[in-house]
Amino acid sequence: MNPSNPQPKRQKQRKVLLMGKSGAGKSSMRSIVFSNYVAKDVRRLGATIDVEHSNIKFMGNLMLNLWDCGGQDGFMEHYLTRQREHVFGSVTVLIFVFDIESREFPADVINYSNIVRALEECSPSAKIFCLVHKMDLVQAQLRERLFVERSEYIRAASEGFKGAVEFFATSIWDQSLYKAWTQIIYYLIPNASTIETLLRQLGEVIDAREIILYERTTCLMVTHVTRGEEDRNPFTDRFERVSSILKTHKQSMAKHTGMPATSANFAEMHVKTGRFMFFITRLTENTNLAAVIPPSEQIFNAARLNILLARHKFAELDIASKPRMDMSQAMARAAGTGWEMNVGKSQAGRTTSGEHAAIGE
Amino acid sequence: MEGERPDPPDVPSAAHLMLTRYISDLQDADTPANPIQPKWHTGRLPNSKQGDGKPRLLLMGQRRSGKSSISSVVFHKMPPSETLYLETTTRITKDQMHSFMDFQVWDFPGHLDYFDPAFDVDNIFGEIGALVWVIDAQDEYLDAINRLNTTILNLQQHYPSINVEVFVHKVDGLSEDYKSDTFRDIIQRVQDELSDNGYENAPVSFYQTSIYDHSIFEAFSKVIQKLIPQLPTLESLLNSLCSTCRIEKAYLFDVLSKIYIATDTSPTDIGSYEICSDYIDVIVDISEIYGWDRSNPDAQKTGDSSAQDVSGDSGNDDAESLITMEKKGSNYLYLREINKYLALICIMSEDSPTEKKALVDYNVSIFQEALQKVFQR
Repeated sequence: MNPSNPQPKRQKQRKVLLMGKSGAGKSSMRSIVFSNYVAKDVRRLGATIDVEHSNIKFMGNLMLNLWDCGGQDGFMEHYLTRQREHVFGSVTVLIFVFDIESREFPADVINYSNIVRALEECSPSAKIFCLVHKMDLVQAQLRERLFVERSEYIRAASEGFKGAVEFFATSIWDQSLYKAWTQIIYYLIPNASTIETLLRQLGEVIDAREIILYERTTCLMVTHVTRGEEDRNPFTDRFERVSSILKTHKQSMAKHTGMPATSANFAEMHVKTGRFMFFITRLTENTNLAAVIPPSEQIFNAARLNILLARHKFAELDIASKPRMDMSQAMARAAGTGWEMNVGKSQAGRTTSGEHAAIGE
Repeated sequence: MEGERPDPPDVPSAAHLMLTRYISDLQDADTPANPIQPKWHTGRLPNSKQGDGKPRLLLMGQRRSGKSSISSVVFHKMPPSETLYLETTTRITKDQMHSFMDFQVWDFPGHLDYFDPAFDVDNIFGEIGALVWVIDAQDEYLDAINRLNTTILNLQQHYPSINVEVFVHKVDGLSEDYKSDTFRDIIQRVQDELSDNGYENAPVSFYQTSIYDHSIFEAFSKVIQKLIPQLPTLESLLNSLCSTCRIEKAYLFDVLSKIYIATDTSPTDIGSYEICSDYIDVIVDISEIYGWDRSNPDAQKTGDSSAQDVSGDSGNDDAESLITMEKKGSNYLYLREINKYLALICIMSEDSPTEKKALVDYNVSIFQEALQKVFQR
């Protein structure tokens, strides 16, 4: 996917720079997304000194190498001069955080331009995401306008990246944070299409309306598959909402049961109402699978079994060092091992949806 | 307020929350257009033609003590951080609680002197169930206490059965020590004043609250519970369910407001309430996202309402949910929708493993039947 990383079989280290003015909210954001912080806990965080590195392993062979760069002027200068090569070399993604409340916005943009110039010089193929942060501090009716205004201004200062910069309005207090990060992660995943193809097949077999694959610690969505009429779901922001819901719940469980947030994962969860059934189960070491199916115990049990059987298929994607087999081969094998076994049952499910249509008429 | 004075109730007694009232009015209710329960209060009443005649909760206190924030957070589901932008309340705001419980919340501007003869006191206090008095714990509270005392003394003369619930509010910003000192001081001052005037056993209770955690919901739960005449029955039903199914803790929640109307009599800690309350959030949010109307638009046009009923082999339409945790031996959560408004949430311990879910399901359905008998028409 990325021309700067031509070897597909090696584990991919993706270098992600997180930059912005001091106090813009970079570390807060990182702590919430990657370290299980609750939004109100971030006020305890101190200033970031120099660069803090963190490695996050995602689905497939993606290893995120996140550089949280302290934003004080002294450090900034240092990055741009003595560490220029070191910091800006082989970057895949630059995430630049703007504080919407900043009193010296033009100065922030000048800093940003300097950084963009350095990036253009050292890693011209990088991608830039600009997050206009702390949107919660702006009154709701002004948000949209201010965001558009600011993004235009920033885009004008984006040098060679003018056309390709993406903007997100974010706040740690709602799901907008997850929306931005989901897009970033999706950009970074090297084998998204492979995963999607596999997921789509799984979706066919279990007759799911929708399948969401998400990473377990961050609850960030890796990818999703929507089938049939679920396309008409009026909630287009549902994916980041699910991320946000799950993350909040995880923190709540951790807080009240006294276990560390990293181990407060649920083995399984299901919600069933008269209209749908939603369940979450473990898929691979780092990922969970959320599936929406018609409300039926029968379909649910078949789906659960099928996911269990499909697990090893996805696990292979996870193991980075092992060379993966060819896509078509993989599919052939998948079809031969157990996946077919339960197709009969899921066809029963399909008949129900067939009846549904009949009643509908 | 002045002028349109309806007949004052003959006996000014504390109103009970008629849980049955909703059920009996159900036929004439205009059903919400959207079958998904609105997350936000729509201002529409499901079951009454005019607003009055319902038990009231009165929110009173000094200005800027947090009354409107409380009612926005609890009854309108406003995120606590947004309450910063609330304007000062200048007139009495009436909110209808449209849920299993049927009551009004009146938000009073802090500066009003409602014992002024210009106010229709009977109209205000006639049918109230509880008076919630909010005191800002982070502010000078002596004035507030003086006004509270005057109010209680006034109420004691005319409406002695009204519960006075004192919320010592905004405690989130205080240190533990300071918090409990303030709390004790306030209780002391109020009780001294009351006993000086010869009211030893006035129905006054105190709570420490904050909108930034669940304490405000817990406090409201307790306020509401006092107004439910069937509470002992509900509690004993829950007790027997808990002992039969080895449930650690069971709550009967009002889903919309996240107020629990009953729990079993084992000791409550705020932690288990918070787990359950957060769990409801998960269920409600997910139901909102995926519970959209999938029925065929063509069918809707012809007015065929049966098209919605496609649950097929799902057994029952009541929502149910289960969460098991990854760590071995830890608790798990069980939720079952009891009716349109109530949900039963149980924290299960390892004594009652997931494999026995079918048994729990059965027992819960028995419980559900019993509940229907309690709230029969």
